Amino acid sequence: MKAVCWMGTEKMTVENVPDPEILNPRDAIVKVTSTCICGSDLHLYDGYMPTMEQGDIMGHEFMGEVMEVGAGVDRDKLKAGDRVVVPFTIACGRCYFCQRELWSLCDNSNPNYWIAEKMMGYSPSGLFGYTHMMGGYAGGQAQYVRVPFADVGPLKVPEGIPDDKVIFLSDIFPTGYFGAVNCNIQQGDTVAIWGCGPVGQFAIRSAFLLGAERVIAIDRFDYRLKMAQDGGAETINYEEVGDVVQALKDMTGNIGPDSCMDAVGMEAHGTDLLYFVDKAKQTMRVETDRPTVLRQCIQACRKGGTVSVPGVYGGFDDKIPLGAFMNKALTMKTGQTHMMRFMKPLLDHIERGDIDPTFVISHRVPIQQAPEMYKVFRDKQDHCTKVVLDPWADGAKAA
Amino acid sequence: MNDVTGIQQRNAGRRNARGRQVQRWGALLGGGALAVIGLTRRSPAGFALAAAGGALAYLGAKNGSDTSKYHARASVILNCSTEEAYNFWRRLEDLPVFMRHLDSVTKINDNQYRWRALGPLGIRVQWDAEIVSDEPNQIIAWRSLPGSELEIEGSVRFQTTVGNRGTLVEAETRYVPPAGALGRAVSKAMGKDPKFLMQQDLRRFKALVETGEIPTTEGQTHGPRSAMTAAARWANPDQPIRRESKTKDVLTAMRRIA
Repeated sequence: MKAVCWMGTEKMTVENVPDPEILNPRDAIVKVTSTCICGSDLHLYDGYMPTMEQGDIMGHEFMGEVMEVGAGVDRDKLKAGDRVVVPFTIACGRCYFCQRELWSLCDNSNPNYWIAEKMMGYSPSGLFGYTHMMGGYAGGQAQYVRVPFADVGPLKVPEGIPDDKVIFLSDIFPTGYFGAVNCNIQQGDTVAIWGCGPVGQFAIRSAFLLGAERVIAIDRFDYRLKMAQDGGAETINYEEVGDVVQALKDMTGNIGPDSCMDAVGMEAHGTDLLYFVDKAKQTMRVETDRPTVLRQCIQACRKGGTVSVPGVYGGFDDKIPLGAFMNKALTMKTGQTHMMRFMKPLLDHIERGDIDPTFVISHRVPIQQAPEMYKVFRDKQDHCTKVVLDPWADGAKAA
Repeated sequence: MNDVTGIQQRNAGRRNARGRQVQRWGALLGGGALAVIGLTRRSPAGFALAAAGGALAYLGAKNGSDTSKYHARASVILNCSTEEAYNFWRRLEDLPVFMRHLDSVTKINDNQYRWRALGPLGIRVQWDAEIVSDEPNQIIAWRSLPGSELEIEGSVRFQTTVGNRGTLVEAETRYVPPAGALGRAVSKAMGKDPKFLMQQDLRRFKALVETGEIPTTEGQTHGPRSAMTAAARWANPDQPIRRESKTKDVLTAMRRIA
């Protein structure tokens, strides 16, 4: 089968690899009909995430048709022929954490838990196509994929609703929604969201669904800010205003947003001196992340407010303003998304027509073009917001 | 009868002597190689490696005379009842499903079992052990019979935990390492530290009891790997000494429990 493989920093190739096989009783094999490049895949593309290995198959946003299920899968829950969206977090469904709906913290799904334990004390769940520290599972930017614990994660979707509308239930829609849930929004609140990529876009719309009165979106690309405005947000182009924290003060009568969301993560772009220091340290591998946005979130948040971090961080970060965090009595909520909490309710939203997630798609290409699309997406060329790959197409289709 | 025992003892003695020779040369060669690799690095880490390698070779030359007991201990909390956890463990024949260093455990009689294991550097070890304590849902303890190739004792305890979190499993083992302190040092240098292996065993036990399988990516499809990646994979301390259990073994074990 064809699969997008990580062959080194900024080196993705489409390789012919053996088809996946069932390895465990609760596995399923899914034929992938649609798969996407996620913003967090760019951290792997750029080589900032430790424990990738040459030849790893990429991708954690995918959906498709179940081809085969293992002997341990209850056929009432999942069987060959079912059409499913697969969440990017892998969960066993039976451990302490799964039973408390903390799905992304599953205790059993990461076979390489001990690597994560060395870095983080304890290990979160396994993820598809996202480093060996997170399990080393082959990902879904491929024609077929092995899905472990298939009776827990995959969400069955009815026929008749196109892939484009439900594919984002695999990660970015629930992740944006979870980011908004973590903002602890009260009726009438103002929420500031850094990053108007796909997760930011879903977070904007989710914040309104959850009762926010104002959403202020921050980015530097006009086409992304325009998309944020379409979703009802006011916007700040930080390259134009210079000081984002002051701009937010000015926009909120000097009290600050009630909640601040970092939908950017470890590869933030910035304009201040510290940004360039971080960039240099990250290049020299003495710092894993560039926490520019997290710093701004903490500075900008109103006293007693909430900082929500759906953006991905990898390791150890410098110069986090803990003084501001402590003295302003802030709350921080974060984590990989507890996918199975949100997939079904959000599918209901889509089916009711409350939201049409297809608005984020900017590119639809055959899988062969994935390597070049990583670069286009990373460099925000061609007004790129979201790339959907067709693993089976022969030629390019217009977006 | 006495004659037979005598022959067995003599044979065992010869086997042990041969084993010691193998260990000695293994340590000398391995330690020497480490020392050379270390010296060619020309860095502090390299010199440390060289020193460790040298020490290893020296210990090898001394014939690994350290016979002090080794003690490993690990614990895990399982989301199940003490009864389930106990019942699973009590079927000692199934231990190799989640204990990767074990080759097999076979029943001799109600109270005695023959254990076959793979030690450091692939040395095969075998011993007969008897169950010295068995209290349903609480404890199982065993000890090797006198005259065994390996002097070993172990126990596993099951207790309900506070806050309704299931069963606390505490496993413990004491043994004279098959190749003395040397074997321990070598296996530790290769990442196969007994305490780590024991913790890994317990995590696999937990996954098996809770989910019915042991999560793995062993044998999954992937793109072309470089020689560097292959080397890194080989050095991976989690790399089991023995191959992973097959799905079939796991399913059979689960069926026996059910």
